[in-house]
Amino acid sequence: MAKQRTHIMVCGGTGCVSSQSLEIVDKFKEVLIEKDYQDEIAVIKTGCFGFCGQGPIVKIHPDNVFYVKVTLDDVREIVEEHIIKGRTVGRLLYKEPETKKTLPKHDDMGFYKKQYRIALRNCGLINPEDINEYIAFSGYEALGKAVTELSPDQVIDLVKTSGLRGRGGGGFSTGLKWELTRKPPADEKYVICNADEGDPGAFMDRSILEGDPHSVIEAMAIAGYAIGASNGIVYIRAEYPLAIKRLEIALSQARDYGLLGKDIFESGFNFDIEIKLGAGAFVCGEETALIHSVEGNRGEPTKKPPYPSVEGYQKKPTSVNNVETFANVPPIVLKGAEWFQSIGTEKSKGTKVFALAGKVNNVGLVEVPMGTTLREIIYDIGGGIIDGKAFKAVQTGGPSGGVITALDLDTPIDYESLKAIGSMMGSGGMIVMDEDDCMVNIAKFYLDFTQDESCGKCTPCRLGTKRMYEILEKITEGKGTMEDIDKLRSLGQTIKDSALCGLGQTAPNPVLSTLEYFYDEYLSHIVDKKCPAGACKALSKYKIDPEKCIGCTACARVCPVNCIEGKPKEVHIIDESLCIACGACYTACRFDAVIKP
Amino acid sequence: MPVKSLEELKKIREAHIKKVKLRASGESADQTIEILVGMATCGIAAGSRDVLNAFIDLIDEKSLTDIKVIQVGCMGYCHSEPTVQVNIPGKEPIIYGNVKGDVVEIILDEHIQNGNILDNYVLIKTFNSAL
Repeated sequence: MAKQRTHIMVCGGTGCVSSQSLEIVDKFKEVLIEKDYQDEIAVIKTGCFGFCGQGPIVKIHPDNVFYVKVTLDDVREIVEEHIIKGRTVGRLLYKEPETKKTLPKHDDMGFYKKQYRIALRNCGLINPEDINEYIAFSGYEALGKAVTELSPDQVIDLVKTSGLRGRGGGGFSTGLKWELTRKPPADEKYVICNADEGDPGAFMDRSILEGDPHSVIEAMAIAGYAIGASNGIVYIRAEYPLAIKRLEIALSQARDYGLLGKDIFESGFNFDIEIKLGAGAFVCGEETALIHSVEGNRGEPTKKPPYPSVEGYQKKPTSVNNVETFANVPPIVLKGAEWFQSIGTEKSKGTKVFALAGKVNNVGLVEVPMGTTLREIIYDIGGGIIDGKAFKAVQTGGPSGGVITALDLDTPIDYESLKAIGSMMGSGGMIVMDEDDCMVNIAKFYLDFTQDESCGKCTPCRLGTKRMYEILEKITEGKGTMEDIDKLRSLGQTIKDSALCGLGQTAPNPVLSTLEYFYDEYLSHIVDKKCPAGACKALSKYKIDPEKCIGCTACARVCPVNCIEGKPKEVHIIDESLCIACGACYTACRFDAVIKP
Repeated sequence: MPVKSLEELKKIREAHIKKVKLRASGESADQTIEILVGMATCGIAAGSRDVLNAFIDLIDEKSLTDIKVIQVGCMGYCHSEPTVQVNIPGKEPIIYGNVKGDVVEIILDEHIQNGNILDNYVLIKTFNSAL
């Protein structure tokens, strides 16, 4: 085997793949062959680096140089300059927006400084399609240790003591779930990996499966050993084709090595995993609905108890754990419960991965220790709000969570503290909103999502969310009344109290929390018929400032409905009754004469 | 080929860790010895690419760890190419000139492993690393 002096790591996560990263890999190989450097330089397609907003990302080892926004046209220059002549290509380095400094090393970047990677440890470091690279970074040692040195009860104890809690949203103790599944006597038990990631904006599970599929496979086998199951199922939505492909490759490699199958590590323990594809329904993230879907039935939840740990898949005890939860397990087994306990807060141990999205400079995937504050995530890691605008709120927990305002930005993140301020951890979507976002509109967006995703089994969720959505629609169109607010509150409370599963019980949260923190905005919509953020099209009317307008006709020319009148060099006027509030005139005006509503 | 025991797993790990360890050393910059090879046009013309590959091969052969070999641009000593800078953490960087043939191995054996600076080949002792 030739010894390669340099590894070119190209991000192969879905985000970067959509900006041609796979073509970039091929181009690197092509140019290296052309220059006769193919034996000295390896090109490796790896998992998500997390800095998705700056993708496609190319990292060069061992120089530790981090190139961002690399295009196909840059490949030749990187090879000719960096690889052949040792000169870093300055224009492709990350430039910090505030300081304007270029940073070649990723550990100097604010985005990475406060991160601590456990679940994402191998993403961006290994080739996810090569089991040997996973093994080189201690892969499958945890499984080997568990089945040869520990008893199932010891494994459960270890995970329990570590304090690991479900990363899918609920935050239930993982060790306890395994213990409850181990207890009931049964001829067969199941381990299910919940990869049905449905929160709008969340993509950590996909990235883990794409970047480090073996960590999930290894952890599922450990779970199987702990609870006494010999079958595992990964329930993943069909709209994640790349994750499915990498998982399939990983499964077959693990079988070839005998790390799945019969008599693993000659311990007598048998375990294998199959993949079940879901159709991408949000409700199937709920464990009972998920199990029904795996069984081939409609993805509808059923009442708990009986819990899946007693009566789950095929009526057998089943433990359903989330992808990110699993990814934490091998390091816990290898490094011990005390190590994991030392990270995080009193009740929430370890780290959490967040998908940072919305109006923030550094969009991407971040993993931080529990107890990190929202301010640190949004400002230090996220680099603050785009264009220096004012922060308004951040939504955590997706459609089940709530908004958090500037007042609570210093809250240390853990399961309990987020609940205390009216939101929740959820699977880790974090959507940042600025002054231009209308909170009524945001609440409407989430309600639109939940009423669409409601499975329809129970009335409160099926009809209640629909009615709430209609009321919000009325308000954003300027037809709301004060009674509507009371209706929203009582409907919301009723749905929370009476819906069958988590989807319905949490669906009113975005409305209730915006009602609490942004009551003024609801009032403006209802009483003044105005949308303060200018986001609700029906309520926003553009005007022209007669003092500033010089009559250049730029606005009239771009108006798609021809509602701007005026002769050249005379003040123009917008006919508000025809205006569709598209904002084209606002963008076209070079004299700040168009006033945004 | 089934893996039957933890020992067998560790063997696979040993076999592949060499391939990936340069990525890990890229991450932990503090404890790593850096060998910088000048790879500008002058360096390449004088054979620095062979020097670079010789370092990689010999480090692997001698199973040395915590060393990373990096190609850099022109260091300014075009008269004495190939040039090589050795940065050992906590010590002042040394630049060697005319690094050809068996000098590579001498640098590894004497300087890196025994800490003896090769006075015959030193171009300059400097506090400023080329990286």
